[in-house]
Amino acid sequence: MRLIFDRKPLKFAAARLAGTLAPGRGAAVGPLKLEPNEPLPLPGPDWVRLTPRLSGICGSDLAMIDGTASAYFDPLVSYPFVPGHEVVAMTERGRRVALVPVLSCVTRGINPVCAQCAARRTNLCERAAFGHLEPGLQSGFCTDTGGGWSTWMVAHTSQLVDVPDDLTDEAGVMIEPTACAAHAALRYEGHETVIIGAGTVGLLTLAAITATRDKDRSGPLIVTARYAEQRRLAKELGADVVCTPDELPRWVRSATKSMVLADQLTSGFRNVIDCVGSSESLRQSLRVVAPGGEVLLVGMPGNVSLELTSLWHREVGIRGCYAYTRNDFIAAIEVVRRFDLGRLVSATYPLDDYKDAIAHAASAGRRGAVKVAFDMREN
Amino acid sequence: MPRPGFVLEVDRSTPPIMFWRGENFSLEKLPAGRSRVIYPPEPLAAIEDIDGAILAALLNPHEQDPLPAQLFPGMKLTIAFDDVSLPLPKMRTPDNRQRVIEAVLDLAADAGVDDVHIIAALGLHRRMHEYELRHALGDRVYDAFHPRGTLYQHDAEDLDNLTVIGTTPEGEVLEISKRAADSDLIVYVNINSVAMDGGWKSITTGLASYRSLSFHHNPETLQNTRSLMDRHKSELHKSVWRLGKIMRVHGPRVFQIESTLNTDMFPSPFDFLSKREWEWKAKDRATFLATTKSLSRTPTRLARRIFHNIEGPHQMTSVQAGDTEAVHKITLEWVHKQQLVEVHGQTDILTLGIPYVCPYNPDGIMNPVLVMCMGLGYLFNMYRNKPLVREGGVIIMTHPTYREFHPVHHPSYIDFFEQVLADTTDPVAMSLKWEKQYAEDEWYRHLYRTGNAYHGVHPFYAWYWGAHGLQHAGKVIIVGGDSPTVRRLGFTPASTMDDAFEIASDVVGRSPTISHLHVPALLVADVQ
Repeated sequence: MRLIFDRKPLKFAAARLAGTLAPGRGAAVGPLKLEPNEPLPLPGPDWVRLTPRLSGICGSDLAMIDGTASAYFDPLVSYPFVPGHEVVAMTERGRRVALVPVLSCVTRGINPVCAQCAARRTNLCERAAFGHLEPGLQSGFCTDTGGGWSTWMVAHTSQLVDVPDDLTDEAGVMIEPTACAAHAALRYEGHETVIIGAGTVGLLTLAAITATRDKDRSGPLIVTARYAEQRRLAKELGADVVCTPDELPRWVRSATKSMVLADQLTSGFRNVIDCVGSSESLRQSLRVVAPGGEVLLVGMPGNVSLELTSLWHREVGIRGCYAYTRNDFIAAIEVVRRFDLGRLVSATYPLDDYKDAIAHAASAGRRGAVKVAFDMREN
Repeated sequence: MPRPGFVLEVDRSTPPIMFWRGENFSLEKLPAGRSRVIYPPEPLAAIEDIDGAILAALLNPHEQDPLPAQLFPGMKLTIAFDDVSLPLPKMRTPDNRQRVIEAVLDLAADAGVDDVHIIAALGLHRRMHEYELRHALGDRVYDAFHPRGTLYQHDAEDLDNLTVIGTTPEGEVLEISKRAADSDLIVYVNINSVAMDGGWKSITTGLASYRSLSFHHNPETLQNTRSLMDRHKSELHKSVWRLGKIMRVHGPRVFQIESTLNTDMFPSPFDFLSKREWEWKAKDRATFLATTKSLSRTPTRLARRIFHNIEGPHQMTSVQAGDTEAVHKITLEWVHKQQLVEVHGQTDILTLGIPYVCPYNPDGIMNPVLVMCMGLGYLFNMYRNKPLVREGGVIIMTHPTYREFHPVHHPSYIDFFEQVLADTTDPVAMSLKWEKQYAEDEWYRHLYRTGNAYHGVHPFYAWYWGAHGLQHAGKVIIVGGDSPTVRRLGFTPASTMDDAFEIASDVVGRSPTISHLHVPALLVADVQ
């Protein structure tokens, strides 16, 4: 079986409406549907078939299902596609692997590779819509590769990273989102830092930073969390201070001895990591970032509305932080092992119950959950 | 002839007892046979000719020359007065401060004194709003002095305008307003609501710097202040009196004017507040019911406004002037005459109704930190000899304890609640780890100096005020409070008084003895 997402404008509009009313409701009325799996041809000689065991539901998946994803992605996606890019799977030869879903030049048969791929920044590949594959920035958004929300898919051998035997499948499915976090943590310099948001992205970014914190540490790490379970986990994963979003400006002001002008702190933290990506979180980021500081945008934004005068006036930078490279996966395995991150998989669902699964994932924080995943091990 | 204070032993015929609950009241049935209610004495007779009494005090001071004899042309005269923190509720106009200051100014004018400054002695309290200054001093004084810059508020952070008077043998530094220190005469105008206030505490706190205050406003001193209302057993007052000695030896002459008030605190239609419940007539019961029902339907913000607009009769019972210590001795006699109630023995539980106001939130919000301060700082300390509740006993307070703060008056309180109390409720631990950061925070300093905010360190002082109570009580329960907020204070929430007694049974057993301090009005239990 597989869940497939097709381009159907009416259903897309219905999903957008339903998703606006209640996050995750787009699954019930939108273009996502369950159907029998059909065999896909292998795109090339270095491709293999995978049997997914667990596949997580990511915030970008939810945005797509609820019709709130940015139109920016349209040319980077090919329809119909099977979602699911957080994948732990078995190869036909019995290897248990985590999928590096980025579809870079090598996977697309492009030679010579683009400048970014040549520099091993495959996450920034300039040919994500070209080559012998249909467009797709990642597996799980490309019609040729299938995705993790199915009983099988295909992957290029360069996309496979072995999952060590001591890690459970649950730990294995956390490697991909943790690789995102490990990639973000590369920019952590030890200065005072705020992480906005304690959903999956925020907590894993915190874990990845904590794993590397001993070096050059010179300031506190504050995490904002809305829900009790998030607060508990954030504290456990190494936050110095966990506060609600409302409390954040006061914490930062107090820690930096800042003055206040209207809502704007005159000082602030040099580094703010926005793991939410909403207008509200970005506004808050700009309120608490120091002049000359940087907001690292790890959470996927959509269309946001933002007053940028303070950014201009205070010479603040906003920097995107997208995905990972293969090396980030290697780093992520250690982070997953060190913090036993498989425990963050709060619930698994069979593909048949995809509406419940997506509703659960869409309200994970409120329901005390972190990661919700599909479980294909019974299929 | 007003009746003295009274201790009612609760029996089966005793009606439910009225408790404050912030911006409302409740009636609570206390267990018969093991509960007692301590009622304050009825209001003493008021002075009829207040202006005459004030003038007489100025002309016949204690252990000093009459005020006119101390005034001369060319002198520097500084008049300091108690700030908005008392009396509570605010006094009907004309306020006693206005009456006294106008009398002093008349004498000064007669003597040809033209260098007169009037300073609100607010210590680390918030600056008073213009309407509060006008209320306390009257339009005549305000309009004559404020526009010329000679009526202003003490600034404990204005380093250029503070000066050190001296240091006690114990190392306590007395640093006060430079203008006051450079004056030929300081006239201090006090209103005395409780025994804690007045005497040397007036100048050594009201006109002092943070540095100077920190020598006695600290956990160690306040844990050993037994109680705030008993000067001779109060480490805080001992420190203040040592500083007063420095003032007497090295500072300018002080002409202290203290006045005492009776316990007629609330006007009609709140007469029922000052009556003993079994003496309530049908009209009182009807008023109580109508008041509580309507308040329960009133948004808190509106109810707060209603209460803070109340002006109390607060009639003057005495006024005395002259030497600080001689004057204060007489003041205490009057305060005790009005407030002292003899009580025999301690009980397992002390119940307290916490009102909508304490000295630190006039025209503001009784935030959770102030609930603690009012309960464990002020009301618990309303004793002489020994506390009403035994050591290790339980204190039960009634208050909604909402997580709400006045953003202008109490900015550092918000951070204190969110940061400090989340870390520790131990006064000593917080003083070591957090106090300096708050005291020296430039933003709080700015808001204190230019806005209407309490000093950054003030929430610590409010918390330290309850340090003795915290140390003494085995458990503190708040009935009707917001549960997470109550827990943040380190206390235990309870929905009803019966639930509170049930919770308290873990500490004091199932048949505890209970004292209830009936507020209003104010009283000091003289526990034998």
